[in-house]
Amino acid sequence: MAEFRMPKLGADMTAGTLVGWTREIGERVNRGDIIAEIDTDKGVIEAEVFTAGTIESYLIRPGDEVPVGTPLAIIRENGTSPEIASSAEKTEIGKVHASPVARNLAEKLGIDLSAVKGTGPNGRIQRDDVKRAAKTVVVPEAETETGADRSLSRSAEKMRRAIAAAMERSKKEIPHYYLASTIDLGPALGWLERENAARPIRERILPGAMLLRAAALALRDFPEFNGLYENGSFTHRDEINVGFAISLRGGGLVSPAILGTDKLGMGELMAAMMGLVSRARSGALRSSELTEGTVTVTSLGETGVETVLGVIYPPQVALIGFGSIREGVTVADGGIRATKLVNASLSADHRVSDGQRGSALLAAIGRLLESPEELWQEKK
Amino acid sequence: MGASVKTTYREAVRAAMRESLERDERVFLMGEDVGKYGGAYACSLGFLEQFGEERIRDTPLSESAFVGTGIGAALGGMRPIVEVMTVNFSLLALDQIVNTAATFRHMSGGQFSVPLVVRMATGGGRQLAAQHSHSLENWYAHVPGIKVLAPATVTDARYMLGAALDDPDPVIIFEHAMLYPEEGAIEDPGSGFDPWHSEIRRNGADLSLITYGGSLPKALSAAEELASEGIDAEVLDLRTLRPLDNACILRSVAKTHRAVIVDEGWRTCSLAAEISALIMEGAFDELDYHVRRVCSEEVPVPYAMHMEEAALPSVARIISAAKEMF
Repeated sequence: MAEFRMPKLGADMTAGTLVGWTREIGERVNRGDIIAEIDTDKGVIEAEVFTAGTIESYLIRPGDEVPVGTPLAIIRENGTSPEIASSAEKTEIGKVHASPVARNLAEKLGIDLSAVKGTGPNGRIQRDDVKRAAKTVVVPEAETETGADRSLSRSAEKMRRAIAAAMERSKKEIPHYYLASTIDLGPALGWLERENAARPIRERILPGAMLLRAAALALRDFPEFNGLYENGSFTHRDEINVGFAISLRGGGLVSPAILGTDKLGMGELMAAMMGLVSRARSGALRSSELTEGTVTVTSLGETGVETVLGVIYPPQVALIGFGSIREGVTVADGGIRATKLVNASLSADHRVSDGQRGSALLAAIGRLLESPEELWQEKK
Repeated sequence: MGASVKTTYREAVRAAMRESLERDERVFLMGEDVGKYGGAYACSLGFLEQFGEERIRDTPLSESAFVGTGIGAALGGMRPIVEVMTVNFSLLALDQIVNTAATFRHMSGGQFSVPLVVRMATGGGRQLAAQHSHSLENWYAHVPGIKVLAPATVTDARYMLGAALDDPDPVIIFEHAMLYPEEGAIEDPGSGFDPWHSEIRRNGADLSLITYGGSLPKALSAAEELASEGIDAEVLDLRTLRPLDNACILRSVAKTHRAVIVDEGWRTCSLAAEISALIMEGAFDELDYHVRRVCSEEVPVPYAMHMEEAALPSVARIISAAKEMF
């Protein structure tokens, strides 16, 4: 028997709320399958299971908030025989069938809807059912906001709090140093234009994918920037999972990781980025994408700033930033030439690396971008 | 509120027009059979004798022409009341109403307004078949630049016309043909009559029946029957179909948590659909059950009595929609 526990979906996550199960009890699952949706400070995340087997039982109900590490479900591993469960444990966890006003009131009064008996059409829980249930429950006093106000502002607030906690921790704990240099993007953009001309519109590559790939490839030779600093020491990670900062429409940002970024060809990387952006905005990120990042790249796109000096996302140790791509000149062969420039920057953890190596990392990114043939090679 | 007088809806419409004609020289009545015949629904009986041919004008069967004439007269400083026999016939004048009356203030950069009042009968229930029985109020309620009223009580029939004539812009008044013989008491509104908001005709705690015009008596009957079964229904009379009184609708739904919209128009793209969307946008978290609509069946209104009855909203259908929510 294996326990599926509340995953830690971010450095500062302490607890999560089960939104719902996506699989039925008795269903077979494989490693990597999504079995639950968990509400966290970063929105609703799809949680993957790490054991192949059969779902034996669920231990908490949708709506329950439990600390990280709490067992949520029991999974019988392949090849083991079912245990005889006592009938009391075989509670069926169904979808709660309640009207909007009943949900609203239940939340306001702190009532667990799964424990309320519905007397409406088809057993639906209606307002009166919640009111009846409330008579037997002590109402918490702290709730003063109205339900509508709160549900609107709550997710944005929670995300802001999560960002605040991570950034505060970063600046308290990590001795940052910053480096920046200007890269001539003229040749790479020229290459990109020719490449895109031959691609269907949906498969065109944006400059952002090129920057991300350059950073990922360069990191292969700079292990001290790719890994996690935890419990007083740094652990290098072999896989390069670049977290990619995505700002959300409702405010806030997430940086889900593209697993094995350096192993993706340009087209695959572009598709992965587009997929992440749309899933981040629709709230369907996977747990591994939020926990497996080993380094972050932020690219402020077309907002007009030349340089971004980022704050490292703990427990990572480096953040590579790209400012907006702008018109500029470069000096070559004693003359000047109009071109496109981008400022690359590095925020790194001085406990793990030094400026010399950081500077070499930025130079390596620059070399890759200035020699596009190498960047476009589909090396695995 | 002053003294109340018992009368019929038809008498109330007649009294309203008579008062307007007596009070203001610029007011005149124009339409098919409004003069010699006294009006298709006898709303102007005796007017030709009292006010003469100049002010009570029979027109040919030419809705586009006489509604257009009304627009011209309004632009020229008059206060015309144009009667269109049924909303089905008004489609011939749709161009004048939508393209001219509704747009003139805008097209002239605010220099001209069209103080026109168009009264028309609407609705089924009299075995007049598919070309005289429809409820197309929503067609007009869709159009910016015009206002739409639907008097459902004798008091509103008596006083909405005066308020419409006082308005500087085109106002369309829908009189449900089944209401003309309805009896009721005209309440004296004093000086504070305002047609531009909805009214709660019956207070209730469990359910809002949202309706207007000819469906109001059905909703009130349904509410009485529901009360005998322990369901306390509120009945909201929209009165103004454009602009809608959003606040009143949302207040009622926030109180009762359930809404049935009763609208004699066809369900698809109906006023009921608009009100339902309004409730989703403004009171979703208050709902204990999804909004229900009781509308006409999606067929041309049939001639045969039993089929016509089956096609139009009925007290029984309102009750069954309401009971489903509990």
